[in-house]
Amino acid sequence: MSNIPENAPNHCPGTQSEDAGKASACAGCPNQNICASGVPAGPDPAIELIKNRLSNVKHKILVLSGKGGVGKSTLTSLLGHGLAARFPDKNIGILDADICGPSQPRMLGVRGEQVHYSGSGWSPVYVGDNLSLMSIGFLLGSPDDAVIWRGPKKNGMIKQFLSEVEWGELDYLLIDTPPGTSDEHLWGVHYVAGAGVSGTSDEHLSAVQYLSGAGLSGALVVSTPQEVALLDVRKELNFCRKLDVRVLGVVENMAVFVCPNCKSRSEVFPATTGGAAAMCEELEVPLLGALPLEPLLARAADSGHSYLQLQPPGSQTLVAMDQILDKIVAACESTS
Amino acid sequence: MLENVKSVILVLSGKGGVGKSTVSTQLALTLKERGFKVGLLDVDLCGPSVPHILNLENENIHQGTDGWVPVYLDKEQRLGVMSIGFLLKSRNDAVVWRGPKKTAMIKQFLEDVYWQDLDFLVIDTPPGTSDEHITVMENLRQIPQCSAIIVTTPQEVAIEDVRKEITFCRKTGISILGIIENMSGYQCPTCNECTNIFSSGGGKSLAEISKLQFLGCLPIDARVGKLAGQGLAAVKELPDSTTSKVLNDLVTVLAESIQNGS
Repeated sequence: MSNIPENAPNHCPGTQSEDAGKASACAGCPNQNICASGVPAGPDPAIELIKNRLSNVKHKILVLSGKGGVGKSTLTSLLGHGLAARFPDKNIGILDADICGPSQPRMLGVRGEQVHYSGSGWSPVYVGDNLSLMSIGFLLGSPDDAVIWRGPKKNGMIKQFLSEVEWGELDYLLIDTPPGTSDEHLWGVHYVAGAGVSGTSDEHLSAVQYLSGAGLSGALVVSTPQEVALLDVRKELNFCRKLDVRVLGVVENMAVFVCPNCKSRSEVFPATTGGAAAMCEELEVPLLGALPLEPLLARAADSGHSYLQLQPPGSQTLVAMDQILDKIVAACESTS
Repeated sequence: MLENVKSVILVLSGKGGVGKSTVSTQLALTLKERGFKVGLLDVDLCGPSVPHILNLENENIHQGTDGWVPVYLDKEQRLGVMSIGFLLKSRNDAVVWRGPKKTAMIKQFLEDVYWQDLDFLVIDTPPGTSDEHITVMENLRQIPQCSAIIVTTPQEVAIEDVRKEITFCRKTGISILGIIENMSGYQCPTCNECTNIFSSGGGKSLAEISKLQFLGCLPIDARVGKLAGQGLAAVKELPDSTTSKVLNDLVTVLAESIQNGS
């Protein structure tokens, strides 16, 4: 019997089984109701909505990492600023999908801004002329407010963010994600990928199926050099492989530290196993570059200033960032 | 559930990569060195780091008559470890699960592990305030001997997420033992100049604002980072380091709390 979808939960009884939608393994499966109803349902209406909404977005990039605190948000904001500065005529959007710990409003210096809901959807907050941001951080009343939600509620929010933000014409949409390989990720991939597909007419919402249309330009995976982080990042790369998400490449963050006093270089997070370079070779994914561990960058992120505008003389970060941007732009252009 | 455990310590942080697993494992190792019987439970299902840090990656969990038998680090069985990492076939395998399945797994971890008599059970958690946390809290709420240690790094981006975690603890009624600041400063190995890469003092001011005890600052120490993967205790290998001092002080606080409790 091959009616068990590839992306089904373990112990899925199969979509044609009598237990479909009723077995214990079905609890929490997004298709439980579809299976239980016994009739082949149409496509998830959200897929169509998101597809329409994101039809004006040329390149959609997911920024991922299995590990937390490696610099996903920092890299996303750097990329956003970098792309916006490089292409003054193009529009860049950032979607902060980290619901439990949204960092983008602070990093982009737009904390406390209000987002408005109009007839055409949520209007994002403009950080610059051609850089806009949407984050759950804008919807929380106080910085102490916690979003204590289980998976399904978070998924609803992400679905809303993907389908109801009025981005306008965008050349690049960067999606900043929370750490892990869980609900948010499944849904992000599922919906964004679906957005580029024309025919979405099967009863089972197979992420793999929607991905064949390649609505998603790909994923950018962030890591730090030490094995504890790489261990989680390997899992993330495997996750991308399982869901057929193209990996644009890996960026290694916090690679070397240059002492501001004596200018000597040292490894703060020792790459005992060869760092990201060795991992990329082993798993056959491109390494886009390495960013040094730089106190100024951490300050810029805290204060909400654009690191690019601080123009630190001879900054290794800027040089590395430029090369990373080149590679990302080239990879995106090659798909379109 | 967990009747034979004198004290349960949750290691939490809203932010990822601040060193929860490093703090959890070093805390467990320090407790063991001080002669306590310790259990270490890793409930980070998507990114279990504990087996790697303790060099137990190829170990297996066995099913005994009383439940799952944890993996023991030492022959005397003073430090038992449980992690989903032991159940994965390959270290590259990803656990791509939605909420309900994670919830079920954590419940099993909390209920079905045969820890024997423990002085301390240290629980290492994933970042965030979501399924895993809600499940752990729901189950541990009725256990009076449970409290949380919050780990943060000094920069504001991290503090912002950690504030949310404190709100989470308060909403769910878990008492907070205090805050530890990790990655406080980095001493250049060449010139010994200390640089606050991620600024400094954030943990302390957070403790003041939220009226919590401040448990100390752990510096960035590449030597401690290198202990990961070997299962060695910082207090034993680097007895003179600041890290060891902070850990020893913390264990003294914890030891007093169980003496007062029992």
